[in-house]
Amino acid sequence: MFSDKRITILCGHYGTGKTNVAVNLALRLAGEGHAVTVADLDIVNPYFRTLDSADALEQAGIRLICSRFANSNVDIPSLPPDLYAITDDQSRRVVVDVGGDDSGAMVLGRLAPAITAEDDYAMMLVVNRYRPLTPDIPSTVEVMGQIEAASHLTFTGIVNNSNLGEETTPDVVLSSVAYAEKLAKATGLPLVATTVADHLYSDLRGQIQNLFPLQLQNNKPF
Amino acid sequence: MAEKVLMKGNEAIAEAAICAGCRHYFGYPITPQTEIAAYMAKKMPKIGGCFLQAESEVAAINMVYGVAATGKRVMTSSSSPGISLKAEGLSYLAGADLPALVVNVQRGGPGLGGIQPSQSDYFQATRGGGHGDYRMIVLAPASVQEMASLTVKGFDLADKYRMTAMILADGTMGQMMEPVSLDFPEPQQVEKPWATNGTDMKREHNVVNSLFLQPDALEKTNFERYERYAYIEQNEALYEEYLMEDAEICVTAFGIASRVAKNAINEARNMGIKVGMIRPITLWPFPVAPFKAAADKVKSFISVELSMGQMIEDIRLATDCKKPVTLCNRAGGIIPSPEEVLAAIVKANENGGDL
Repeated sequence: MFSDKRITILCGHYGTGKTNVAVNLALRLAGEGHAVTVADLDIVNPYFRTLDSADALEQAGIRLICSRFANSNVDIPSLPPDLYAITDDQSRRVVVDVGGDDSGAMVLGRLAPAITAEDDYAMMLVVNRYRPLTPDIPSTVEVMGQIEAASHLTFTGIVNNSNLGEETTPDVVLSSVAYAEKLAKATGLPLVATTVADHLYSDLRGQIQNLFPLQLQNNKPF
Repeated sequence: MAEKVLMKGNEAIAEAAICAGCRHYFGYPITPQTEIAAYMAKKMPKIGGCFLQAESEVAAINMVYGVAATGKRVMTSSSSPGISLKAEGLSYLAGADLPALVVNVQRGGPGLGGIQPSQSDYFQATRGGGHGDYRMIVLAPASVQEMASLTVKGFDLADKYRMTAMILADGTMGQMMEPVSLDFPEPQQVEKPWATNGTDMKREHNVVNSLFLQPDALEKTNFERYERYAYIEQNEALYEEYLMEDAEICVTAFGIASRVAKNAINEARNMGIKVGMIRPITLWPFPVAPFKAAADKVKSFISVELSMGQMIEDIRLATDCKKPVTLCNRAGGIIPSPEEVLAAIVKANENGGDL
């Protein structure tokens, strides 16, 4: 498991797959017997939300904190009213799914004092080297710095979620590891996980350290 | 760039535009296309291009008019209500015979409507959108790869025919992520002797204008423009046929609807129903030829749309109303499910030509 802290925050460039990782991490934690909450704090993008996985989360007994207007036509960056349960209710493990880039990470600012005071959190930089605006170390480090400045929190680890969607092969994942390791070296942060869709897990087990299988959360009809 | 990247449809449009040599983007944010502007804002300053967030959609389309007049490749993007605001500018671009690329990532309407995906700007796009006699070339991508490749094609067609090419996508196409290859040939260089880019004191000055003081001169430009449109109708229609060889039912769908329809058609084929699909890739010019051919073979057409059936008129025109056309649709931001499309296919199969 890549985080043993009470709160795990997932941030990164938009489109790196934070929501997928968040849902899977929550399911894993619930499977281990923890009381788990997922907090969807994405104020940037109204499409493809944690709410799309509401059924899977509910079946696993996971609580979902999410904007009341997610997947609706209300086009405003609204936050859920039960936002403060993230820091107030210290009996639960919380996975925080944050919107992309620094504009998404801004919402963490208001939680940062309580999160820092409790001092039981991990903040993961989720990366996908196949995203066009963060293909190399300098561009990724730039986004990372912007997120830290906006969130008032510092990263504690890197999750390598490199993939090419449906065209992901074992080689696609394998050839991303060098990038993730270089990024870890450049930032001084540990590479805590490399993710892979569960149907490719057996191909890569033993070849990549801290391999984390994902059940892809896409139930779209197209 | 030989290696593929994972992109949102909106990003693919932006990056493809840059590949096509576009260095001027003017826009105004609106969901669900804002990533195009965000991408341009990040990228354009790094490559010596111009990203400008205008004070309104009206301002942005008129900035497009200005750059287009100089002969440079230029674009704007918006979503449904924003395109309505740009409609006056679209008409002026047509009246001045200027090439431009305009992107509409549609959302539900009418009015302010919603932010979820829709295809209900079909009439607006295929009939011009603004006032006056004019057309736009309308391209309807059905994958993130096509969002990129049709953007490049749109710039080429716009330059070739001195008119606006529109990418007509929808919110889901804009937001969904798929692997893309951005391996495009070098942008085509088209001579633009009409451009207002400086005379160097070597030629008469060019005038870009859509105002005509004499009606006979205005009539002449309209007639000439429609000769060009007739040529485009004959030569530039694009479509994809899917399992049409032995089809008795022809599904018609474009963009995101065609992807859902394909899943339903595969299921219907498993049930032994002879059904295929014609997917228009250009909505104007509408691909008339395959519909004419299909009308002699199939029992009926089913139009699958995220609108109240706007494309049906074009199917009936293309087939001279030879065979019945039924509608399988959702509206207001909802995508039809494969099950709904399958039910429409099964019903059409049971009823034959009698609907």
